[in-house]
Amino acid sequence: MTEKTLRKGNEALAEGAIRAGARFFAGYPITPQNEVPEYMSAYMAEAGGAFVQAESEVAAINMVYGAASTGTRSMTSSSSPGISLKQEGITYLASADLPCLIVNVMRGGPGLGSISGSQGDYFQATRGGGNGDYHVIVLAPNSVEELGNFPKLGFELAEKYRMPCMILADGILGQMMESMSFHFDPIDPNKLGKFDWAVDIHKNGRKKNNVFSYKGDNLIADVVERAKRYGYIEKTEARWEEREAENCDVLLVAYGLSSRACLEAVNKAKEEGLKVGLFRPITLWPFPSKRLAELAAKAKAVLSVEQSLGQLVQDIKLAVNGKTPVYLNAYPAGGQPDGHSILTAVHSILNGGREGLFDLQEHAGDFAYECKRDTSLGMQGDLKGGK
Amino acid sequence: MPRIEVDANKCKACYLCVNACPKKCLGKSDTISKKGYFPAEMKHPENCIGCAMCYMMCPDIAITVIKD
Amino acid sequence: MTIIAKKPASLTDLPMHYCPGCGHGIVHRLMGETFDELKIADRVIGVAPVGCAVFADSYFACDMVQGAHGRGPAIATGIKRSKPEAIVFSYQGDGDLASIGMAEIVHAAVRSENITVIFINNAIYGMTGGQMAPTTLVGQVATTAPKGRDPKLQGWPINMCEMLAQITGAKYLERVAVDSPQHVMQAKKAIKKAFENQVNGVGFSMVEVLSQCPTNWYASVPQALEFVRTKMMPQYPLGVFKDEGGK
Repeated sequence: MTEKTLRKGNEALAEGAIRAGARFFAGYPITPQNEVPEYMSAYMAEAGGAFVQAESEVAAINMVYGAASTGTRSMTSSSSPGISLKQEGITYLASADLPCLIVNVMRGGPGLGSISGSQGDYFQATRGGGNGDYHVIVLAPNSVEELGNFPKLGFELAEKYRMPCMILADGILGQMMESMSFHFDPIDPNKLGKFDWAVDIHKNGRKKNNVFSYKGDNLIADVVERAKRYGYIEKTEARWEEREAENCDVLLVAYGLSSRACLEAVNKAKEEGLKVGLFRPITLWPFPSKRLAELAAKAKAVLSVEQSLGQLVQDIKLAVNGKTPVYLNAYPAGGQPDGHSILTAVHSILNGGREGLFDLQEHAGDFAYECKRDTSLGMQGDLKGGK
Repeated sequence: MPRIEVDANKCKACYLCVNACPKKCLGKSDTISKKGYFPAEMKHPENCIGCAMCYMMCPDIAITVIKD
Repeated sequence: MTIIAKKPASLTDLPMHYCPGCGHGIVHRLMGETFDELKIADRVIGVAPVGCAVFADSYFACDMVQGAHGRGPAIATGIKRSKPEAIVFSYQGDGDLASIGMAEIVHAAVRSENITVIFINNAIYGMTGGQMAPTTLVGQVATTAPKGRDPKLQGWPINMCEMLAQITGAKYLERVAVDSPQHVMQAKKAIKKAFENQVNGVGFSMVEVLSQCPTNWYASVPQALEFVRTKMMPQYPLGVFKDEGGK
């Protein structure tokens, strides 16, 4: 464990990845993750690895695909719109059973969106994101310290299960500075054993290795076989954190930065004599459903506090399975929660109010929508247009 | 004397070899192969000069050129 | 008994799935011979494309990676940068390299990645069934250009060697064909040089091979060869477009 130092989230992540043995990084500039490729460009070569500023996010993830094929600890980082572009490569990595680390420093969306921190990519991250039946392991840090230490965990899980692992951070976490320490000594990847599946120089006459996306014989069998691994991961690798979560009336569920605001709400509630707890999933896939169901069964209500518009709440509902009412306190598109606004939602639940609680149907109300064309402006086929 | 061997299981009867042979040694077999083709075969072994042009054009690498 | 010519050891024994008369097999063989002659077989890592050559990984006896459509040069970059001692090639078709993968090929050349690219230009999308390619000739009929390629609607064919020659990082560019034994011999020289360049650390090398596609040109094999000579070569002249191997 190193001494505590003050570090910016993105830089802690980049340094943590190099310490964890990352020796290939390809990326493309996008705010708010630029410190990651900047740090890598300065220090990766020093560590004996390669940094490439790619021509696009698509190229970057495919460079990672190539580097990961050789068994090198490889990674890329980006932010939401860039991660959308990487989905082609991510589904290929999953199909070729290649381990790698992908970092998403989320920003507001959809589309170009904003550069504020957000959690709008929850569905994309936890459901695979690209085409086909696959998953990536998703780790959700909530501090600069975790950002710096999760790359090691990410590489280890990715390599253990031969699949991509994603660190799902957000713009604020990436940009903020905190005191942090690394909990592990730098890893020399040359001292790690070689993978028997990797493509490499082979002078000893071993049989050829192919890294396939489509194996060309039985896709159904491959996908079903891979799903066994997914099931095993769901059973064994779920990670979470609990605060006052046993015997609370309202159980807050939040990951990443919004879980920090929830802690503030938990403490404020205590001062008010309210029993509010926090359940923080650390792995978003696998989602810690089993433990959440146990805790939710003892609570009067569950509240999803998320910087998205009804994404995390769906996994909570799947876990709770209708046994406890589940509410949503949402801060989409770059909005930020604070203890006070979360507590307002808690009060609403306990007192039967609506403030701070979001429901899509209720939100729509009597809103009516009609698509209108105006013929007075001219017709589509009218070359002159207008009147 | 030079000669060639055509692997009938690899030949797809494109006859690029037949066209390439400067001595017009090669032709189409009368026997259908397992693949369902009439493979190329040596018709005039006495004319073969072992130039390997047939080998050079064969996209299925079905031809071996040998000098006894 | 002496063997004058036989299947190179750098290729597997698997029969190839390509259509009768297709040029892919010839190019595979030239590459296999090159690996044997340069004695690099145990350090070659290849990238197979999406397209007709999607199963190329089973024909080369070396380690192979199968990549996404157009991304070969990016994947090869990742491999080469991770394993600089490896000899890395990207094998691509015209839709793959000149359409969806345009950014990847251009920037691999810009960075002068020390890789070898083998570019098969048959002026059509083969695997998907004969759609118009970026290299389809003006007037050439394709399933998505049923009246023939019309420059007013679909623009003109793209000449990759000429285009990449403008890029400083591109060190060796040659266009060859496999329509005749003479041209096959020239193609072999070019392919061998493109790999020798990599061994010598020259930088980005690409060989464009004009190849016949009898199936999707709706042509007999002799007609297809004729098409390569009389239609493709005027648009895509053979020759060396850049050779800075010695510099």
